[in-house]
Amino acid sequence: MTSRTPLARPRPASRPQSAPPRITRLRALHLPLPGGRPALSVRWDPRAAAVCLALLLAAAATGVWTLTTGDFRIPVPDVLRVLADDGNPAYTYIVEELRLPRLLTALLVGAALGLSGALFQNVARNPLGSPDVIGFTVGSATGALVTILVLGAGTASVAAGSVTGCAVTSAAVYLLAWRGGAATFRLVLVGIGVSALLSSANAYLIAKASFTDAQSAQVWLTGSLNGRGWEHAGTMAAALAVLAPAALLLARPLRMLEMGEDTASALGVRVERVKAAALVVGVGLTALATAVAGPVPFIALVAPQVVRRLTRSPGPNLAPSAVLGALLLAASDLAAQRMLAPTQLPVGVLTGVVGGCYLVYVLARQWRAGQG
Amino acid sequence: MSTTAAPTTTDGPRPVRNAAGEGRPPARRAQHARRAAGLLACTALVAVLAVLSIGIGAKTIPPGDVLHALLHPDPGNDDWIVVRTSRLPRSLLGIGVGIALGLSGALMQALTRNPLADPGLLGVNAGAAAAVAAATALLDLGSFSAYVWCALLGAAVAAAAVHLLGTRGRSRATPVRLALAGTAVTAVLTAVVNGLILLDPLTLNRFRFWQIGTLGGVDGALIRQVLPFLAAGALLAALLARPLNAVALGDDTARALGAHPGRTQFATMLAITLLCGAATAAVGPIAFVGLAVPHVARLIAGPDQRWVLPYSAVLAAALLLAADILGRVVLRPQELEAGVVTAFLGAPLFIALVRRKRISEL
Repeated sequence: MTSRTPLARPRPASRPQSAPPRITRLRALHLPLPGGRPALSVRWDPRAAAVCLALLLAAAATGVWTLTTGDFRIPVPDVLRVLADDGNPAYTYIVEELRLPRLLTALLVGAALGLSGALFQNVARNPLGSPDVIGFTVGSATGALVTILVLGAGTASVAAGSVTGCAVTSAAVYLLAWRGGAATFRLVLVGIGVSALLSSANAYLIAKASFTDAQSAQVWLTGSLNGRGWEHAGTMAAALAVLAPAALLLARPLRMLEMGEDTASALGVRVERVKAAALVVGVGLTALATAVAGPVPFIALVAPQVVRRLTRSPGPNLAPSAVLGALLLAASDLAAQRMLAPTQLPVGVLTGVVGGCYLVYVLARQWRAGQG
Repeated sequence: MSTTAAPTTTDGPRPVRNAAGEGRPPARRAQHARRAAGLLACTALVAVLAVLSIGIGAKTIPPGDVLHALLHPDPGNDDWIVVRTSRLPRSLLGIGVGIALGLSGALMQALTRNPLADPGLLGVNAGAAAAVAAATALLDLGSFSAYVWCALLGAAVAAAAVHLLGTRGRSRATPVRLALAGTAVTAVLTAVVNGLILLDPLTLNRFRFWQIGTLGGVDGALIRQVLPFLAAGALLAALLARPLNAVALGDDTARALGAHPGRTQFATMLAITLLCGAATAAVGPIAFVGLAVPHVARLIAGPDQRWVLPYSAVLAAALLLAADILGRVVLRPQELEAGVVTAFLGAPLFIALVRRKRISEL
């Protein structure tokens, strides 16, 4: 029916999903420390750095586009004048109160999602190990829904509820998957189970709520940046200031983990401790991003996957994933605001459709080329 | 387990690939008898649960009166009216949908050789949901029968898309491919549903009640509508047991045994679409039954699909009826929807399975 291949033709052997690994030459960057102590050396990969730079430029271009277009076109020079604090008052209000905080929130939330996705996928060593698959975002959604629908609370408490939900869920998943070590496949499976349980609870809460509550809860559940202001950008900036350096410190041990847990352990990596630390940082990033924008789908899943194809470098690829996440969310939010204007789509609808279509495209292309 | 062919002898049947009764006919007969007895016991359990399901609710009817009402039609008797117009259809639908979910879950896990596959993985649930949301938003459909047809159509289109995507290219679709294709298609459709229900308040209001999954509020007409699809799917499933056993040995071995992996795959997808599409259309998406039940079936009956499929069917029917009864009892006189109960029963069971060192391999 579907097989057009004659019986005798050997099928191409399935190759790994990713591009063939490039032999990376890590460069060492020596930073002399004050006080004549030996230099601190940082390893970096030229290609990954180039990818980072290109993605940063693209994100900047998206930012300029976001700030200058919309219901009121504001030319670039005027935007620059506003940012330098001597623009015309109307422009100042539009840029500084409406567009800029929302743009920054999008960039920061996207970066947090990309980074947490890279951490999770490295620990789970599985593209499906992203926080939106293993139930952490569903957990934060449950927390938020309980605060909106059961406690009837305002925006600030929704964030608190979602962080609480995420923390409780991830702790539960980790503990339930623990049997003398949290084997990664068990972690993903337990995550899927807990996630299904919580989605059902979410559906139940929405069905039992009053209609207006259900509507606002549903918008939140889809993931949206409508009406986000400075306080959200500030929350995310603080979160990244604390958690991003912690994530970058984990990059090296995580790269060792790619050789297999036994090898890494023999080389002196404390496997369980590194995994737990990566999960804690990832959960923190996911929880705060979800608290600010709701469970935006797909960024955490797609960003690390695309980055791996761009940098062609093994290892966790944390920084480029964060930058690509920021670019993806900012671009998606721009499109969500402008596509059906004046109707404002929640950004989650767009990331879901685009991310899903991207996944379909990648799979189709791979399979047409006859790869597993 | 070795797959080398045993030397063919002229006396008696060839040994089956089965740990317990390897090549010992008497022991195998005993095993068959045990499995058949187990299946009968499960069927009896379904019957008992069905009687309970008719008796328990806002108005309790003792089992004796239930049987009496079933056997003697009497429009003047309150019990008969309750039984005939609401409880009996509800129980029958529970059995039918349970069978459909159990079978489609077992088929899905056999097809993708993935112990974690559930019927929703093919995009069938998401397709049905998207069609229902689109029909409500764009065509303003309200009647139940319209829902059913839309959901079936959506399920079929989504499954066809997954199949096309999974079978493009030079080599035949691998199980992993189908699973990935299903995940991607589901994601797109879910986002579409979210967009639709946010742009149209009325759709959201209808959809939020449909997406829980409940057996409540059904009537006989609905059963008559979905029954042909369920029956066709179940018949197809019965015919697929043997080919699936062959395909489980790997495609090349299966071809050598005279099976057609490509054909089998297509027919299996068709059966899953019929079963799962009709079930979802009738009662909304119900979580976990299709995922968890086949594992229990394999624990009891081993890996042979000829046993796994019937066991999955009766066990799933029992589970769904039990969940529905429990939902009626827990919050009396309110009801907790069966979909919520199955998730809350199924998730702990599933997690316990995951913790038991290894999930049964396929």
